[in-house]
Amino acid sequence: MCGIAGIIHRDGPGDIGAEMTRMLQSMKHRGPDSSGFALYGPPSDLLVMRIKLADPNEARGFGWSERLERHRNEVEHRLAKIGAMVDVMHGDQEYAYRVTFRYSGELKPLADYMEDVPGCEVLSLGHSLEIVKDLNDAESVAEQYRLSGFTGTHAIGHVRMATESDVDISGAHPYWAYPFSDIAVVHNGQLTNYHMWRRRLERLGHRFQSECDSEIIAVYLAQKMDDGLSLETAMKQSLDELDGVFTYLVVTEDSLGVAKDEMAAKPLVLYESPELVALASEEVAIRAVIGHEIDTYDPYEREVLVWQR
Amino acid sequence: MRISYDARGLAEPVAQAPRVATVESGENGLVAVFDAAELTTRQINLELRRLVYDEGVAEVTIRNPGAKHSLAVGILARCRITIEGSLGYFGCGLIDGPEIHITGRVGWSVAENMMSGVVVIDKNSGSLTGAALRGGDVVVRGDVGARSGIDQKGGTILVGGNAGMMTGFMLQRGRQVICGNVGGGLGDSMYDGAIYVGGKVTSLGVDCVEAELDASDDEFLARKLGIYGIEAPASWRKFVCGRKLWNYDNLEPAERKLVL
Repeated sequence: MCGIAGIIHRDGPGDIGAEMTRMLQSMKHRGPDSSGFALYGPPSDLLVMRIKLADPNEARGFGWSERLERHRNEVEHRLAKIGAMVDVMHGDQEYAYRVTFRYSGELKPLADYMEDVPGCEVLSLGHSLEIVKDLNDAESVAEQYRLSGFTGTHAIGHVRMATESDVDISGAHPYWAYPFSDIAVVHNGQLTNYHMWRRRLERLGHRFQSECDSEIIAVYLAQKMDDGLSLETAMKQSLDELDGVFTYLVVTEDSLGVAKDEMAAKPLVLYESPELVALASEEVAIRAVIGHEIDTYDPYEREVLVWQR
Repeated sequence: MRISYDARGLAEPVAQAPRVATVESGENGLVAVFDAAELTTRQINLELRRLVYDEGVAEVTIRNPGAKHSLAVGILARCRITIEGSLGYFGCGLIDGPEIHITGRVGWSVAENMMSGVVVIDKNSGSLTGAALRGGDVVVRGDVGARSGIDQKGGTILVGGNAGMMTGFMLQRGRQVICGNVGGGLGDSMYDGAIYVGGKVTSLGVDCVEAELDASDDEFLARKLGIYGIEAPASWRKFVCGRKLWNYDNLEPAERKLVL
């Protein structure tokens, strides 16, 4: 089933960490397996990277903590080696870290180099985007990663009921469009031509960390934008090129977009005001962050909508 | 503040009616009002059932429903219910008898499998409006989503605005009246019944054909729209089943291809 949510403030930054937590928690019943956030803080000259070094539910053998510590040091060492000036490296969990650093080179060699460390997965990389995802419900994840004070302009989130792949962080949404900076996707649905698109994108040199069909949407859109298309045009093409049922949300450094498949098979409720746009699989999620009475509507099939912050 | 509320209303097997409604006597019997803001789905439904079944209240008003799911379901008695606000998914399903007025919007699958009565929605409605409807009127003054009246077996669905794709999918009996435009695949695989459209039709579904309106159609449309005070469009088009799919076997590959 899964639940997705998005919010974009048009009048400057808001409390997106707390807001997204409330939106996702009110839809916990749609997906209790894992929760994920893609949050856009104030853009900075520094790059911000979120990584995980292990999964919380994997067997913790002898020396688990020491191994993670060693891998953490290896990440820091490799950042220095590739020419990045590390600003702050901070761990919310012993298996999940947030690093800010100064770096002017290509992102792909850097991300590839990091993922070469055993167990390491780069969850997000960009000047503004931060992806936080873990097992359990939204409030638990927000508490673990201290998201309540996170301010920014826009965010998307996802509560997952795993149907197509494992319950772990790699299978949790949102997905970063590796290796394109500041692009992320959440998805409710199933793609039936996943393997075809995965092979196509792999031939272009992209890597996929999970077995989850949603991961290709992020890379697919980012690749199209890299080829010169606008976000909206790339999304419109996806309606014809991606098979299956889907409602997905995509975020870039300054935009939030939504697309629905040609059968309108997955729900989405939309609220639009001059100050903000909020959208979610259920209206209760929108009402969780808006205090007054609201009017909402459901976009129709094959609709593509994009808002700027 | 943690959200502990479960929007489905499950996991409360021992819940009891909260007895928070104020009940007064009105012109047509007892009148009750209660605020649902702090109640769970199950508590709201239990309170509603207590009022209608135990207290014999004729008119109930529910304030602040907050788009919760599955409210006002399974009411099998004549009564009047006003919901001041919006409902989530599966609202007013499996009812037989009540007249329900919703001042906000509703999510997917409103009035699913309704047997009789009236549900009037002042704003928009999601997909699957009146799914498997058996009788009564479902009136939406705003727009509706996709697949309105899927598998409808009776009754009437009236839409003041536009409708999405596959409207009247597998319609078996009953009527749909759409004052605005409709999306693609109108009346796909319908068996019987009629769909009236006032606006543009994107495309017809398999085995749906246009028919001439006669005097009884005009009378029906004028009467139904009059009851609910919905403005009629300039002209109507009527769509019915082409009956090509009623019978076919291996000797009729063209007809088989239509559906496969």
